[in-house]
Amino acid sequence: MARPVDGPYIDSAGRGDWPKPLKAETCELSFYYGTRLVLKRVSVPIAECNITALIGPSGCGKSTFLRCFNRMHDLYPGTRYEGAIVLYPDSRNILDREVDPIEVRMRLAMVFQKPNPFPKSVYENVAYGLRVRGVKDRRAIDEKVEQALRSAALWEEVKDRLSALGTSLSGGQQQRLCIARALATDPELLLLDEPTSALDPIATASIEELLQDLKRRVTILIVTHNMQQAARISDWTAFMYLGELVEFGPTKRLFTTPAKKQTEDYITGRFG
Amino acid sequence: MPTVMTEGKAILIDKSGGMEAAGRRRARRRREFVIEGGLLLAALVSVATTVTILAVLLFESLGFFEIVSLLDFFTDTLWTPLFDDPHYGILPLLAGTVVTSVVGLLVAIPVGTVSAIYLSEFASPRMREIIKPTLELLGAVPTVVYGYFALLVVTPALQLLWPDLPGFNMLGPGIVIGIMILPLVISLSEDAMRAVPMVLREGSYAMGATHLETAWRVVVPAATSGIVAAYVLGVSRAVGETMVVAIAAGQNPNLTWNPMEPAATITAYIVQVALGDLPHGSIGYRSIFAAGLVLAVMTFAFNILGHVMRKRFREVY
Ligand SMILES: Nc1ncnc2c1ncn2[C@@H]1O[C@H](COP(=O)(O)OP(=O)(O)OP(=O)(O)O)[C@@H](O)[C@H]1O
Ligand SMILES: [Mg+2]
Repeated sequence: MARPVDGPYIDSAGRGDWPKPLKAETCELSFYYGTRLVLKRVSVPIAECNITALIGPSGCGKSTFLRCFNRMHDLYPGTRYEGAIVLYPDSRNILDREVDPIEVRMRLAMVFQKPNPFPKSVYENVAYGLRVRGVKDRRAIDEKVEQALRSAALWEEVKDRLSALGTSLSGGQQQRLCIARALATDPELLLLDEPTSALDPIATASIEELLQDLKRRVTILIVTHNMQQAARISDWTAFMYLGELVEFGPTKRLFTTPAKKQTEDYITGRFG
Repeated sequence: MPTVMTEGKAILIDKSGGMEAAGRRRARRRREFVIEGGLLLAALVSVATTVTILAVLLFESLGFFEIVSLLDFFTDTLWTPLFDDPHYGILPLLAGTVVTSVVGLLVAIPVGTVSAIYLSEFASPRMREIIKPTLELLGAVPTVVYGYFALLVVTPALQLLWPDLPGFNMLGPGIVIGIMILPLVISLSEDAMRAVPMVLREGSYAMGATHLETAWRVVVPAATSGIVAAYVLGVSRAVGETMVVAIAAGQNPNLTWNPMEPAATITAYIVQVALGDLPHGSIGYRSIFAAGLVLAVMTFAFNILGHVMRKRFREVY
């Protein structure tokens, strides 16, 4: 599938603030659950080493959109993608039938709305992705686990209980454990689906801070229905409504001078 | 004033209706009391049965243990209560029970676990629809049939591999016990695996894991306590299994741990002796109850353990 816009990018409002360089990009991405069209020709650029936030009212398709990136929908029968998701720098359409979803998932990582640590030790949770990738070297795994736990700001809290069950940690710690698990394999793109919605404000703040740190190394795409959070942490924001992309732009601009009436209504709390 | 009128009327209706309602309420209460009592009685029947069985076992065993010391009972290596020189060592029967049950578990645990993983994680809904009723059918076959299946099919088949295998042995019936407890082990383990929330599987796939890795490294560990509970309940069934061993294992109390030899189990001894005509109150008669008590304690212990573990896995999510 060709890109919708060729040459220098201009956003839907005709302004020239399109990000560069890109880590990924969706091109007229449509998605069906059975016969039900849930995403309608959504084209969003994902800037490298930036945080892109997806906002929109409940049910508008944010999770569905995010889960297209790691082909999570392939697990369920009757789902169908149309259009393309291009991953850079190799410019591969990861929705292509030829592409093995496992290969795609190896390059990406995902953090879910509800912390979902495996019923294994803290250590094994973080090492999971490495084991799946066939890493056998104990020393290498030890190192990666520590590094990932440090990146997720969890190391100090769990370094003495690496063999405790991951499920025995507090909610906020569990979510950071899931972030560590995601980071251990050096993903090119980190997908987060409302990662703080099940957490208290303090745990939320610590994860937001963490994401600011992380974006130096990894591209982040985050779904949130908390607009303050999107405004606080993201560089780019995409606003979706009823399966369509309404507006995309730099977060500051989108929140101060939205180009579309719908965006303005949503961010000022008039609906959603 | 229409409002007052209506209000008065409403009150009046309510009053007369209230009186009727009170009568109806009393009648309903009486009816419910009777029904509840009936239900309670029905529930008590099973409790009372259990208690009675335990009481009879204990009472008759006491008579037995007045003559045979506990020390002899648990250390003597011979069980010959009906001989002129009687010995009352439970060990040979216990060994028979343990060996046949272990053989059964060696069949049921691997086959059952793998089947449960297949059914829960891999089988298409159609396939599951075919397999599950078939398994239930397996559980509905009378145990006598299984007994002759062990004696006339499994043992001869094993004799093709090991020509020295005696016609009565513990291996054949052990394997058949394994097959008998398979439906239980499979359906309980499958329940445990299906109870594992989808987000755990998704978490694993998102890390790039394959279907098999997800099943083996995430779903099975998450369902461990439920799976182990299935094993434990399977053990308790295997230990109590009677017909298969009575028919196909030989009925000679024989202290051996070798499954290729014939032996009697606790249950086999009980049916064997109970079918004979022992005088009521004789020591041979009472030995049945002592053996039965050992069996009851074992199965109770396994059952309780199994249910505790099942409850624990329910509480995890
Ligand atoms: N498995 C499914 N089968 C059919 N329809 C689905 C399925 N999952 C989601 N949908 C529908 O797709 C639409 C988008 O759902 P999605 O979960 O992507 O919304 P969302 O924006 O993430 O909402 P929320 O903020 O509540 O999480 C909704 O209308 C939902 O009802
Ligand atoms: Mg969602």
